[in-house]
Amino acid sequence: MTITPTELTGAPAAEPGAVERRKTPRTPGRIPLSIVLGVLMVYFLVPFWWLIVNSSKTASGLFGGDSALWFSDDINYIGNIVDLFTYSGGIYARWLGNSALYAIVGGVGATALAVLAGYGFAKYRFFGRRASFAILLGAVMVPTTALVIPTFVLFAQMGWTNTIWAVIFPTLLNPFGVYLMHVYARDAVPDELLDAARVDGAGEFRTFFQVALPMLRPAIVTVLLLSVVASWNNYFLPLVMLSDNRLFPVTVGIGLWQSTASTYGAAGGQTLWSIIILGSLVSVIPLIIAFLTLQKYWRGGLSIGSLK
Amino acid sequence: MTASTASPMTKKGHRRSTTARQNLFGWLFVGPFGIIFLALLVLPIGFALYLSLFQKSLIGGTRFVLFGNYAKAFTDPSFLDGVWFVISFSLVLIPLQMAVSLAIALILDILITRFARFSRLMIFMPYAIPTVIGALMWGFLYSDNFGPLAELFGIFGAQAPDFLSRSLIFWGLLNIVTWQWAGYYMIILYAALQGIDPTLYEAARIDGASQWQIVLRIKIPLLTPALLLILVFALIGTLQFFNEPKILQQLAAGAIPDDFTPNMYAYQQAFSLANQNYGAAISFALGAVVFVCVYIFLFATRKRGSFLS
Repeated sequence: MTITPTELTGAPAAEPGAVERRKTPRTPGRIPLSIVLGVLMVYFLVPFWWLIVNSSKTASGLFGGDSALWFSDDINYIGNIVDLFTYSGGIYARWLGNSALYAIVGGVGATALAVLAGYGFAKYRFFGRRASFAILLGAVMVPTTALVIPTFVLFAQMGWTNTIWAVIFPTLLNPFGVYLMHVYARDAVPDELLDAARVDGAGEFRTFFQVALPMLRPAIVTVLLLSVVASWNNYFLPLVMLSDNRLFPVTVGIGLWQSTASTYGAAGGQTLWSIIILGSLVSVIPLIIAFLTLQKYWRGGLSIGSLK
Repeated sequence: MTASTASPMTKKGHRRSTTARQNLFGWLFVGPFGIIFLALLVLPIGFALYLSLFQKSLIGGTRFVLFGNYAKAFTDPSFLDGVWFVISFSLVLIPLQMAVSLAIALILDILITRFARFSRLMIFMPYAIPTVIGALMWGFLYSDNFGPLAELFGIFGAQAPDFLSRSLIFWGLLNIVTWQWAGYYMIILYAALQGIDPTLYEAARIDGASQWQIVLRIKIPLLTPALLLILVFALIGTLQFFNEPKILQQLAAGAIPDDFTPNMYAYQQAFSLANQNYGAAISFALGAVVFVCVYIFLFATRKRGSFLS
């Protein structure tokens, strides 16, 4: 399931710091609720645990009938890491690099376009604004994958398929990002401030870069993070667009390994399975780190689009 | 820049130059996105529509058939079964997902402990996982070879359910999608809950409302716009279901055919069978179905404070 980076609705802006502010005095049923939460957390973490445990196993440990949720006797992380990064001429590192390239170029590009357009919609009363904004809102509802095959056929006519641009260009389109930036710019950047800058003789672009842009920071980080995640996690688009496996992002690459391993069956594909498992683990680490370190930004940004 | 800045301005002239300025800069800011929008949304949609009006056959070459492909799609059991599958899947998935994420958000809103804060992050984490990897992880957990299910059920002397079999794959997929997205929806709901004015709770408590009444009468009604937003995005996402079944297809031998969902069917038509005209017609029909469903839904609920109103 591919959902376009979505976000944010909710209620009037809650500051990230406000989260812990409202201490409800004496919560009844605190312990039962904690237990429920604990059980749910186990459910959400089990797949990660499985991945961490099983990427330590050798092929024989994996198929040897040991417990699937606990380490086997020899911990083989190092061996598996070496296998992972040397398999098929070290193609995995290349896939990681491709994923990073598509996610960063596509994500930054999409965010830049969204910031400009969102600000334009929010702060200028230009001709055709209402009509184009209505079209934009309609576009939020167009399923992204419905565009993939038509875009492929279009790119094929122009000979653009199987290039990095075939993956990056479609990523630049993020109508929901524009919508979010519009809402945030409208509410968070006061017109009076912009007018004051203009009266002081700042041009429109200078006003935008020096006055508005700093105020838009939480929304920018949120839209950027969402775009980067959507593009890092994308599977359908690169699967359709690319045929050269040196251009694959890591999602399509692991999908390829998985189908190879499945075709050979458990017997032939044994070594491949252990690198698929470790490869999956390695591929999720960058985004988890990004989310944990940027927490305070995206949590602040999550209240954009508030209740009116 | 407006040319008239230097000339002595009457009030009217000033207004005109302001309008010109607004037009110029408005379009300068919106323009770059507008170009991408035209090139990557309007153009492909137009092109898909154009393609979908033709049919390619081995002998006759490509010929114009007007709505022939659509007539074919809407009588093609593969397409219709796929549409039926994603609709029935959404009908089970969306309420389940919303219930889970709402329950967690409400618990987190009440429990303000370090443990709750930590679990909020952990429950959100699956969102950062590519759907491909998520499906793969659960595929492993379900499988006979690697999974713990046989082991766990073995303790009770029971036969483990095979979520990769034809009869249980629906539930297997349901679990994966819930796992992947519930945390994300929970965060949206949680942010919305945090935005509710706490004095409302105080007032209710003074009036003798219990915790349950506060949840049912204050919190949930105020969450309606956020819940609607989630519903719309879950609907758009589920109707274009592709990644998870595509990945599980390899592990679940025979349980997932190539025409399992409309999107998989369009992919198969366009690539395995090189029938791009029909593939485009299916994509377009699916897009139209989604768009119409969502628009009707939003229109029907617009009074309740939908996010696009």
